Amino acid sequence: MALYRAHVLICKGTGCTASGGPSVYSAMQEELKRRKLDREIMLVETGCHGMCEMGPIVVVYPEGALYCRVTPEDVPEIVEEHLYKGRLVERLLYTVPSEMTKIPHYRDIPFYSKQHRIVLRNCGYINPEHIEEYISRDGYQAFAKALLEMTPEKTLEEVKNSGLRGRGGAGFPTGLKWEFARKAPGDKKYIICNADEGDPGAFMDRSVLEGDPHSLIEGMLLGAYAIGADEGYIYCRAEYPLAIKRLKNAIAQAEELGLLGDRIMGTDFSFHLHIKEGAGAFVCGEETALMASIEGKRGMPTPRPPFPAQHGLWGKPTNINNVETWANVPQIILNGAEWYSSIGTEKSKGTKVFALTGKVKNTGLIEVPMGITIREIVFELGGGILNDKGFKAVQVGGPSGGCLTEEHLDLPVDYESLTAAGAIMGSGGLVVMDEDTCMVDVSKFFLEFTQRESCGKCVPCREGTKQMLLLLEKITRGEGTMEDLETLEELAQMVKRMSLCGLGQTAPNPVLTTLQYFRDEYEAHIKDRECPAKACAALIAYTIDPEACKKCGLCAKNCPVNCISGDRQTPYKIDQERCIKCGTCLEVCPFNAVHKD
Amino acid sequence: MPKITSLEDLRKIKEQAKDLTSARSGGKTRIIVGMGTCGIAAGARDVMTAILAELDKRGLKEVTVETTGCIGMCQKEPLVDVIRPGEPRITYGNVEPKDAARIVVEHLVNGNVVEDKVVGRTD
Ligand SMILES: Cc1cc2nc3c(=O)[nH]c(=O)nc-3n(C[C@H](O)[C@H](O)[C@H](O)COP(=O)(O)O)c2cc1C
Ligand code: SF4
Ligand code: SF4
Ligand code: FES
Ligand code: FES
Repeated sequence: MALYRAHVLICKGTGCTASGGPSVYSAMQEELKRRKLDREIMLVETGCHGMCEMGPIVVVYPEGALYCRVTPEDVPEIVEEHLYKGRLVERLLYTVPSEMTKIPHYRDIPFYSKQHRIVLRNCGYINPEHIEEYISRDGYQAFAKALLEMTPEKTLEEVKNSGLRGRGGAGFPTGLKWEFARKAPGDKKYIICNADEGDPGAFMDRSVLEGDPHSLIEGMLLGAYAIGADEGYIYCRAEYPLAIKRLKNAIAQAEELGLLGDRIMGTDFSFHLHIKEGAGAFVCGEETALMASIEGKRGMPTPRPPFPAQHGLWGKPTNINNVETWANVPQIILNGAEWYSSIGTEKSKGTKVFALTGKVKNTGLIEVPMGITIREIVFELGGGILNDKGFKAVQVGGPSGGCLTEEHLDLPVDYESLTAAGAIMGSGGLVVMDEDTCMVDVSKFFLEFTQRESCGKCVPCREGTKQMLLLLEKITRGEGTMEDLETLEELAQMVKRMSLCGLGQTAPNPVLTTLQYFRDEYEAHIKDRECPAKACAALIAYTIDPEACKKCGLCAKNCPVNCISGDRQTPYKIDQERCIKCGTCLEVCPFNAVHKD
Repeated sequence: MPKITSLEDLRKIKEQAKDLTSARSGGKTRIIVGMGTCGIAAGARDVMTAILAELDKRGLKEVTVETTGCIGMCQKEPLVDVIRPGEPRITYGNVEPKDAARIVVEHLVNGNVVEDKVVGRTD
């Protein structure tokens, strides 16, 4: 029977695969067969929904019911109750954290209802391994329309008018970049997709690659047609095996249907697409380093100009865009520039995908229109701060982004406002911090990452970030001076100005913004030898209040370095010399007798 | 699969592929079969199979088939509801597998309610 009355979608993205999606899938397969429902209920595996935290995710249509944290043991109940009798399995439905209410429908969950999904429209909705499912959702329509009914110039014009800007970090207007490559002299031209996604915690590109690979391929086809390129590369992070597998499969399917290859759809347009696995270093995501890496050289940045549009891969005119940038293009061509540019703000059009993490109740991937405020993201989509603590800051733009404060909560999220406030759009990392976060510690954390990833080619980046890190370590140990603070600021400015590539140019952002907005916290570490958030180990001490101690001995039993002494008669006491400040005692004491100051 | 050489080819694949994702999009005619304990005892399962077979035979794609629990009209089971967008919800009672074809053809295709089987009507 070809007609399926219900569809069971089981997420097999990286997150849900790790939490047990595949075993839920096979349990479901078996159960449907056992109940003889396998010919009227279709089982579909999908890519990431962006809600990995609640995974494994199972969605049942036509109702659109979303079940969270499903285990193989839950499967018979879902089949019996929902699929057979039409009753939702309440206990597995998504619960809104603030109200503790259950939400039956996918689209009504605040985390989704506030989103505007263009790039992620198919993620978690179609089976990424079947090109037919992509086609059933208007897939390859935009490409066919452009190829058969529009000139390359008109296609380029449409992208230009849409106002689309690069989603890989810098926000350069995509149409303009295409035009440079189109106008560059030469008959051999390349296009590249940057799928290196090196920011820690980022997975927006991964979820498109895994959940809707054909949208990227179609975007690249449109770009190649507009620019006049006949060959393309997808440079994909080697740590993304599932993405690479799905891409390979998608490319093979598109080739089979004649959507990739020579003389596509009987025209003169030919396009061949290759996958190149990344070399692993963060800096390889920088475009000149990335091209060097494809050419088989060491992935190190080179000065620009010359720009890739003139002198790119193997010296040929080349256009490089990020995954998310490419994935926007089919929808722009299909629905028109006017439609696209009606979403967003004056200078930042369309949507942006963010990876929302940190101290918020809902974490995950969100696609929101440009111009949404940080408040809406944190308190509506994110559901507010975890454990109802106070909001302190949000770090926007990945490790080289900046920290914004409470006063920026109503800032519209677009390229210009973020840059003006000292942050960047970057790849779209959003880390929310609560009152217990020490901002000096945070900037140290991000700098540790960028410092480690500096390729070492230029001195300001290599040496400057190292010195900055030493100063930050000194301050968090409580040994810093006010001069150190000045040196830190000067170094930061220098590294930002003098570095060769974007890595060094943006690495000081977390330090600079925290110095600007949380200077008092730095000063407290220096002047009062105190960490106001009580996070820096060297500046805190654990003590036991002898009055409150019930002498149960739990802390002593759990202390990993055995530095707590006492007995039934004498209240317990911590030997400060030997204490490593792990905080275990505070956690285990049933009587709140351990204090942190 | 043959290569795509025209917009027409692409449209054809899209048309064929529609049943792949149509159940996920909603917003069309809904058929709801009562599958409470008494519904199942009264033969709702066979009615459901007959409906699915009929829909398939006629190639109707803009229809979703759902199941539901007991609605308190057990003596009239098997119950089948048909909801067409913008029209009242029609409840058919004592539906037998042989009625399935009539309901699909008359109500869904021709738009005429099968009056002799109606047991309820709500807006
Ligand atoms: C250190 C460094 C790392 C980068 N990593 C990435 C990356 O992982 N993915 C990406 O798309 N762009 C990355 N970029 C930006 C690219 O150099 C380039 O600007 C981008 O791929 C252009 O595409 P877009 O115009 O679509 O944004 C990085 C830049 C720097 C300086
Ligand atoms: S903080 Fe850790 S090391 Fe220090 S006393 Fe408590 S348990 Fe022991
Ligand atoms: S766990 Fe608390 S109550 Fe028990 S001995 Fe330690 S400090 Fe005292
Ligand atoms: S992998 Fe399943 S929701 Fe992200
Ligand atoms: S044994 Fe008495 S309080 Fe722990």
